[in-house]
Amino acid sequence: MSTIVANVETIAAASTGLRKKSEIRHLKVTLPRVVRSEWFKFTSLRSSWITIAVALVIIIGIGALATGVAAGDVTSARPGGGAGGGGRGFASDPTSLSLAGAGLAQIILGILGVLAISGEYSSGMIRASLAAVPRRLPVLWGKALVIGVASLVVAELGSLTAFLLGQTILSNSAHVSLSGTGVLRAVLGTGAYMAAIAVLGLAIGALLRHAAGAIGTLFVLLLLAPGLLPAVLPTSWSDAIVPYLPSNAGAAFTSVTPAAGSLSAGAGAAVLVVWIVVLLGGAAILLRRRDA
Amino acid sequence: MILVEHVTKTYGKKTAVNDLSFAVNPGVVTGFLGPNGAGKSTTMRMIVGLDHPDNGSVTIDGKPYRDHVAPLHEVGALLEARAIHPGRSAYNHLLALATTTGIPRRRITEVLDLVGLTTVGRKRAGAFSLGMGQRLGIAAALLADPDVLILDEPVNGLDPEGIVWIRRLLKSLADEGRTVFISSHLISEIALVADHLIVIGRGELIADTSVSEMQRAASGVVVQVRSPRATELARVLLDDGVTVETGDEPGELRVSGLDAATIGDRALAAGLAIHALIPTKVSLEEAFMQLTHDAVEYEPTVPGQTLQEVTSR
Repeated sequence: MSTIVANVETIAAASTGLRKKSEIRHLKVTLPRVVRSEWFKFTSLRSSWITIAVALVIIIGIGALATGVAAGDVTSARPGGGAGGGGRGFASDPTSLSLAGAGLAQIILGILGVLAISGEYSSGMIRASLAAVPRRLPVLWGKALVIGVASLVVAELGSLTAFLLGQTILSNSAHVSLSGTGVLRAVLGTGAYMAAIAVLGLAIGALLRHAAGAIGTLFVLLLLAPGLLPAVLPTSWSDAIVPYLPSNAGAAFTSVTPAAGSLSAGAGAAVLVVWIVVLLGGAAILLRRRDA
Repeated sequence: MILVEHVTKTYGKKTAVNDLSFAVNPGVVTGFLGPNGAGKSTTMRMIVGLDHPDNGSVTIDGKPYRDHVAPLHEVGALLEARAIHPGRSAYNHLLALATTTGIPRRRITEVLDLVGLTTVGRKRAGAFSLGMGQRLGIAAALLADPDVLILDEPVNGLDPEGIVWIRRLLKSLADEGRTVFISSHLISEIALVADHLIVIGRGELIADTSVSEMQRAASGVVVQVRSPRATELARVLLDDGVTVETGDEPGELRVSGLDAATIGDRALAAGLAIHALIPTKVSLEEAFMQLTHDAVEYEPTVPGQTLQEVTSR
């Protein structure tokens, strides 16, 4: 570090001095620049890549495992069996079977979304980020775009691979092809659903600002609530609420034959979009209002 | 130029900053002084829009920070050494910031070189020492070559060589016509680099003065008094604007706010013997502590109370 003192002499050379206001225009903070910045932030963390790898291993691995078990027990693979509300693990049609890993992979990608923002709060990086972008909202939109697109690519890749691998494993028993009725929609829908959960995770992370609380909320919302609410609520209430939970709204377009009482595929997708808009919108309002 | 006007900020019931107004001018290094918890960091966070004032306004060259199109080029701030994700390398940290405002990559290499982090630029920031984290924070502040620099406790964690380096750096930046605003709770540290001082205590302005003026004020005398009846003498001397402290030895008092002649006269009038009466100069630190102490203690001096304090010490 003995070179530092000498470096002081080079400051004048290194800094171009006070610049003319006309130059500032080229240095304007813009949404595309912030998106690029968020992309660098995302890709420069080893944890991002590890989380993505884990999500891929889970969706492909569990799908292979589930189809493998089913292939060895032909009679239990009932084509046309519906996926239960939120309980992908109990799905028994060939498509859902090969996508069985999505139930856990959605949590992993949700956590990816949470960490994208909670990591900034826990490390203090958020202050540097918001000082660089004092209008603040571009940071949230940038993160949502980066997490959404990255998760979409990973989740679609994972879903397609899991489906194709799963159907190959099931080749001796009841298997389906992508051209089957509703199959392509279910496979691509599963990828889109997982990407939506990643963005939902980001929104919850931005609202709560702490990883533990946000991940806990994500668990409750995705895994506990779909099973718990029908058990504790009066049936009429439960019927009015449960189909609108994110996981059940997703199940409406991620299974070939949705369970009874679930929304239509289009309505399910719309409900999921509303969840994202409301939570991300709430996060945006709080981001603007709160001290960093 | 930074203009803070009638700013008030409360967190719950605690008032961090209360009706604070001051200006920080370009071309000089301005020190921001105050005891811990005086509201320095809060004020600095408000300047760069991280915290919103409840009342009042903060502007940079006439506009709130967030209204500048290229804010990093207006203000470079080091607010905490650890505003860095530990999993990211120094280079990538700076790249993420630089990208928001279109700063070319070569500038990242340049500032890393400037702060002496070139060799560790690709290492995870989580492995950095406090001093290295501080250097990275300084690099981030200098990244966009800003007109205004705001550094919260910049010498924290720096080694002696680094401290000398940052002093020279700050002076050269001010000489280039930039506005340099640095906080510290140590006046001795700031007196070496700053030309002007803003002193706050409990979120309120105590002094807005030049360092040379402060130094003149600091040469106000403290009188060392020795008496066999020191406690009684202290009671006689205590008055508005007078501070009496016990000295190192029993029977010794350190009196400020009165000159030696007045002390002698009052002792004589009260019939108290004096064995020594020595005028001494106070250091800049003592003057600063006195200044902030007065602001912290809102109650007027009640002789009985202060005396208890004196005798119990």
